[in-house]
Formats: sequence, C-alpha cells, structure tokens
Amino acid sequence: MNGAASGRASASRGASRAKGRALTEGQRAERRLGLWLCAPAAIIMVVVTGWPIVYSVLLSLQRYDLRFPEDKAWIGLSNYATVLSSEVWWNAFWVTLLITVVSVAIELVLGMLLAFAMYRAIVGRGLIRTVVLIPYGIVTVAAAYGWKYAWTPGTGWLAGLLPGGSAPLTERGPAIAIIILAEVWKTTPFMALLLMAGLAVVPEELLRAASVDGASLWQRFTRVTLPLMKPAILVALLFRTLDAFRIFDNIYVLTNGSQGTGSVSISAYHNLIGGLNLGIGSTMSVLILVTVAIIAVVFILGFGTAAPGSER
Amino acid sequence: MEAGRRSVSGWTVANVVVVLYAMVPVLWIASLSFKDPSTFTDGSFIPRKWTLGNYAGIFTNADFVRGLVNSIGIGLISTFVAIVFGTMAAYAVARLTFPGKRLLIGVSLLIAMFPQISLVSPLFQIERALGLFNTWAGLILPYITFALPLTIYTLSAFFREIPWELEKAAKMDGATPFQAFWQVIVPLAAPGMVTTAILAFIFCWNDFLFAISLTSSDAARTAPATISFFTGSTQFEDPTGSISAAAVVITIPIVIFVLFFQRRIVAGLTSGAVKG
Repeated sequence: MNGAASGRASASRGASRAKGRALTEGQRAERRLGLWLCAPAAIIMVVVTGWPIVYSVLLSLQRYDLRFPEDKAWIGLSNYATVLSSEVWWNAFWVTLLITVVSVAIELVLGMLLAFAMYRAIVGRGLIRTVVLIPYGIVTVAAAYGWKYAWTPGTGWLAGLLPGGSAPLTERGPAIAIIILAEVWKTTPFMALLLMAGLAVVPEELLRAASVDGASLWQRFTRVTLPLMKPAILVALLFRTLDAFRIFDNIYVLTNGSQGTGSVSISAYHNLIGGLNLGIGSTMSVLILVTVAIIAVVFILGFGTAAPGSER
Repeated sequence: MEAGRRSVSGWTVANVVVVLYAMVPVLWIASLSFKDPSTFTDGSFIPRKWTLGNYAGIFTNADFVRGLVNSIGIGLISTFVAIVFGTMAAYAVARLTFPGKRLLIGVSLLIAMFPQISLVSPLFQIERALGLFNTWAGLILPYITFALPLTIYTLSAFFREIPWELEKAAKMDGATPFQAFWQVIVPLAAPGMVTTAILAFIFCWNDFLFAISLTSSDAARTAPATISFFTGSTQFEDPTGSISAAAVVITIPIVIFVLFFQRRIVAGLTSGAVKG
C-alpha cells in the first residue's frame, strides 16, 4: 500500500529505523494480499476434492448399494476384503499396470525422437510443431472411435490388413495392444514437448566441445544430453505415468472393459454407475488413490529434488 | 554443400513421417464421416461415395446440438473462472512472499496428479444430495478444480518472465499493489493468459469421465458423452456415420486453436515443466 511512501516521508527522521518499519508494514501488506489472491483458488480446490475424498473413505466403510438402500450399514473394512480378494479387481489392476508401463516406455522412446525432430529441424519446424499438437488436442473419445472403426472387421482400413476373420478388439491380447496404440498416439506429443523443453536446457557449447573431443552422436546423447535432461525426463515420466494409470476414455470406447481389458478406473466406474454400488465403487476409488500416491512417492523419493515444484 | 542437401532431405523424410503419424488417424475418421452409409464396410481409406448426409444427420439430432451447446457453455464458464482465480493465485505465487505458498503449490500439484475416478463416486453422491447432479454447475465445479493447477503452474511460469520493474515504477507513482497488478501487469500477462485459457479449455472440452458420470440427460451432457450414447436413429441403423461426423465436429475447434496458437501452446505446455 503506501508503506513505501510513508517510509520515504520518514526517511529524514531516521533512515534505518523508518526503513525497517516500512519493510515490515510492506511485508504484512504483501502477506495479506498473497493470501487474499490465493484464497478463491485454494478454497475451490480444497472444497471440491477435500470433502469428497473424506466422504469416499467413509463410503468405502459402508455397505451401500443404491439398489438396496435399506441394507446400508457400517461394515468396517469388509469392502476392502471383498475388492482385494476379487479376481476382477486384480485383473484390472495388472492390466492397468501393463498398459501404463508399456505405453509410457514406448512414449519415452518415441517422444525423445520426436523431441529431437522438433528441436533440431532445419526445415519445416513450424509444420511439425503444429501437427504434433493435433493428437494432443483432439478429444480422446473422438480419436478412440477412429481407432475402434479402423480395427473393426469390414469397416476398418487397419483391420483389412489382418488375416480374414480376425476381430482384434474382441480378443484380449490384441485389444490391449490397440488400447496401448491409441494411448501412445495421443500422448506421445505431450511427452515430446516436455522433453523438448529439457533439450533446450542442454548448452550447445558443451555438445560442440564433446564433438571436438571426438564423441560420437550416441556418446554425446548418452553422456551429455541425457544427464542434463534428467529433471525434464523425470517430470515427463511422473506426469505421464500417473496419467496413464487413470486411463479410462480409450478403454471405454474401444472395449468397455470386455474380455478382461478393463482398467481400475473402468472397474470403479462400472461398479458405481452401472452397479450403483457406492460402497464397492468408493473402495476401488480409495485404492486407486492410494496406488497413485505410492507411485508419486516412489518417483519423488527416487528422484529427490527433481520433483516438480520443489524449486519453488 | 553435399552434407547440407543430405540433411535437408533427411528432415523432409522426418517431417513426412511426423505428419503421417499425427494426421492419418484424424484423416481416417474424417474420411469415414464423408462416406455414404452403403460404403461403410468397404474398408477403403478414401471414401468411394461421398456424402454430407452424416453431418446433416447430427445437426438435426437435438441431443448432439444440445451436447455442443453444453460443451461450449460449460467449457467457457469453467475456463473463465479458472483463469480469473488462477491468475490471482499465480501472481501471488510468482511475486509475493506469504505463508502457505508452498502448501498451495503442493495442493495444486496433488490435484494435477489426482485420479479423477476417485472423485467420481463421492461427487456422484454429493451432487445428487445438493441438487447439482446433471446440471452445468455440477460439471463446472470439478472442471475448475482440475483446470486450476494447470493455470496456476503455467501462469506463474509466464509471470516470472514479466519485467517487474514496471510494477515497482507504478507503485512509486502511487499505485496500490492492486492497481499495479491490474493496470500494469495484467496487460503484459495477457499473452500468457490467452495460452493458459486455451489449455484449460482443451482440458474441459476433452473431459469424458465426469461428463458421463455426473449427468443423466441432455440437460448437462457434453458432446463427447453424447457421442458415446449414439445408437443410430433406428435399431437397425449403424451409428458409424453419425459418430464419425460428430467426432470431426468436436475436433475442429481444437484444430483451429492449434493452427492459430501453435507457438503459444508449445510455450504454455512446457513452461510449467522446465522450471521443475
């Protein structure tokens, strides 16, 4: 506010004392402003996520099926026992993990190539940077229908490449492969953009020096570029791993979880919206949250200060 | 010279590969949307018999038109609120020292990584109790919540790049911190805000899980969710044409954003991460 002004006014009386006081006043005003400016965002985020999380833990401790509301009762941890001993849940869990690991691994390699292409391109840089944003921006559901029809026997151009009579989306293995393909196609550009930002951090002189010293392209990549890019790679991996773990849209459209291709999000959705079983649905929600937290903690512990936000 | 020419042709090949990668799946759905229903099953990449009938069909489908209106309305309102609140918070994060700053950053980071499905079951129940289920507000609230971390991160990265001496100069001239913020900084920050708004809008436009879980009719169901309910106008009619035409329609706004704001979007997507 006018802390600075009053500080200037009293400067003649005692420079050091007035300055000290003005600073404190200024600081107090700054703190107040900071809190006020953050309040709306903080309140919305906490209200929309905080209470629902607590509520879903409470729901997970109850037998609560909207089809039989009169049976509602507190049953402790037995929902957890039910879910954790269910083959369907574990199948969904391993499928989700498989999709996450495979798609993030492929995305890292493809994304790195794409990042190099975008960063180093002499010709048509604007063009590639523009087109890669299309998979990123396209509505996942729209793209998923594209993939679905592409692999539908008779209709699809890709299905036509397969031996006659095969319907890949109705078989477990091929269906999971197609889900991974759809996921990789859509999210590699995002990975590539994050990695490209990391590439920009690598100083040109260092690469030139290495090249003068006789380092090959591969050596320059593994010995200079990769170590310097580590923070960017870890951030990209963390974001994409957690994002892949919550995969829903692609599976919903491609198989809707049939033939054992459902992810944990699909299972929770089916229990909740299809089955109207709030207790079991919430238990799965809590378990998914816990898993995501574990993945995040592993990343952050494993990579220390490279965690996003730690710099601030 | 020779090496130069070789690398130029190398880049041309790389460009072609990247363009094919990005465009083929999109062109395929576009092609399908122009196919005459009698030729859906010919498996050809290029339509053999062109028609606009699929588009005419979806635009006379009241559910889809309503879904588009919902998508646009909900997306714009959520984006607007997220940008206003996000700008305020990002300014504070980038510029001010105050208690709880790290907590705010931590909370937004947690929300950015939060599995949305974990919110679906409690929100389904809470919104039904509050009468928010199947309303615009019922979708706008979670959308703002998930767009906020994105806006706070992206904008605070942009805000760090702004020449803040100007703000100091304005304060010297007697502007209050709020005036300095609103009249000096906001105009400078406008490009970053446009970028962030586009990213936030893309997020809302893209959402599917909340849209199918927290709605039960076309009162609030957004376009992606509406598409997944297409069954064809009769039981025997194949919805392939309508679904592909609708998929193309909801893709168009994104393509327009990308074409006009490519540079900005790239800057926005990467700004939050580099600093990390």
